Amino acid sequence: MTGGTNGSTAGDVILKVEGIDVFYGASKILFGVDLEVGRGRTLALLGRNGAGKSTTMKAIAGIARPRKGSITMEGQNLAGERPDIIARAGIGYVPEDRQVFTMHSVEDNLLIGMKKGIRGQEDWTLERVYDTFPILARMKDRRAGLMSGGEQQMLTIARTLMGNPDVLLLDEPSEGLAPIIVQAIGDLIRTLRETGVTIVLAEQNMHFCLGISEDAAVIDKGHIVYRDTIAGLRANEEVTKRYLAI
Amino acid sequence: MIDFDALAACLSTSACLVNQATSGLIIGMLLFLVASGVTLIFGVLHVINFAHGSFYMIGAYFAYTTYVLTGNYFLAALVGAVGAGICGILFERLIISRVYGQNLLMQLLVCYAFILIVDDLVKIIWGAEYLAMGIPAEFRLPPLRFAGGFVPPFYLFLVGIAVFIGVGSVLLVTKTRFGKIVRAAALNAPMVSALGIRVNVYFALLFGFGCALAGVAGALAAPVRSLTPGMGLGILVESFIVTVIGGMGSIPGAFLAAIILGLTRSIGSVGFPLFVDGAMFMIMALVLIFRPTGLLGQGAVR
Repeated sequence: MTGGTNGSTAGDVILKVEGIDVFYGASKILFGVDLEVGRGRTLALLGRNGAGKSTTMKAIAGIARPRKGSITMEGQNLAGERPDIIARAGIGYVPEDRQVFTMHSVEDNLLIGMKKGIRGQEDWTLERVYDTFPILARMKDRRAGLMSGGEQQMLTIARTLMGNPDVLLLDEPSEGLAPIIVQAIGDLIRTLRETGVTIVLAEQNMHFCLGISEDAAVIDKGHIVYRDTIAGLRANEEVTKRYLAI
Repeated sequence: MIDFDALAACLSTSACLVNQATSGLIIGMLLFLVASGVTLIFGVLHVINFAHGSFYMIGAYFAYTTYVLTGNYFLAALVGAVGAGICGILFERLIISRVYGQNLLMQLLVCYAFILIVDDLVKIIWGAEYLAMGIPAEFRLPPLRFAGGFVPPFYLFLVGIAVFIGVGSVLLVTKTRFGKIVRAAALNAPMVSALGIRVNVYFALLFGFGCALAGVAGALAAPVRSLTPGMGLGILVESFIVTVIGGMGSIPGAFLAAIILGLTRSIGSVGFPLFVDGAMFMIMALVLIFRPTGLLGQGAVR
């Protein structure tokens, strides 16, 4: 393991991933992945296409089942649990391919995501979502399948927020979007950080994560190869050149 | 084969027309209730419940016994519906959920085994001979006269309840949070699950609701039809025809198709009594040729 000081262990750890192996059929995708996410912090999980970012996110969300290892949230082991149990434990998952309910209206998408947080908190309501995402308020009766990619991305994030998560898993939220939309998503994530939510942000693009995340982990071929603060990663040319497409 | 004289004689007298239309509507509404359960379950769970007729039978027998014990038909109908619904949830959880996504033959075999077991259970509990509930005390009123024909009050009640439940089912699926979740889960269950929703519970409840619709139909049929083990099979076949004609997944389609088939049955019993079943299958074949998705079908519940 290369890297300097491990920023993410500062303070208390809300989500801890230890030694998870994930297989798709017979092929092994993740090899003993470890991650620690500090409460209220944002961790960027960086890596090239196919490095294992999405699989790691899916494993935490319960969509992919780890064959080994543990995933603990506030001390509760969640590895191998169903996605709905993990979601109710306070982990909100925003998939990379958006997966809005295309036949439902924008508002119905939000209502399906509505639930109380793990401490019974109802910080995110329809009103607050519409306040934070004015574009969704304007489109609330529109069928979600008719929205643009950027709008759908906003909707998936908002839909997950309606479940009042303590940890938000954002899987490549900037992928395939126009630069101006990417910037809007970045601004949104910065706004969310101020609410105190913990974020795990899977990204290929380190520059997108600068100014958004404090901590960084780099994954390559299913192994975590580097852990540091995002500033430390940026300064480390050897790692960025070797593992990131920059 | 076709008795044109009898057909013309009936169609030209309003009394006969009213009587045949009424009995056609009764058959149609029973078919509609059973078929809307089949179509809902298929539209959401993508599984064809070949055992659906058994829940019709369960509803009828539960209603019969409740009526015999209490003399209260409304309670009997409620017990028939709820009892069939609970049996449906158990059937879904214990049996059919294990064959979701498996090939059709496996689902068919499992359902057929269930049909045989339930038929035998009914024989053990209620006996193999025909039972008749008769028109319930609440409805032993003089028939209403309408354009020369007679319409028993129970028939009006049956049609009213069926329409009410049909409208309620559509609203349940399209307007309630339950319906929205279930429709979303039909298309993308893992995503709905990742939002914290126990998808399995919703699927079981929807399955139970579909079976409760068959149970209501059974309870409504009990006063006008005789009860016998195996009574589920006939209605099952007809409700499949209704589902195919109306369009898999479409409740309004099931309603339309059920009325068409009900009228075909009642008018056919006058004009071509030997070809009633044949006529129904012919209508189905024509619909499949000219409109393979069914009259109002879109492939899934919308």
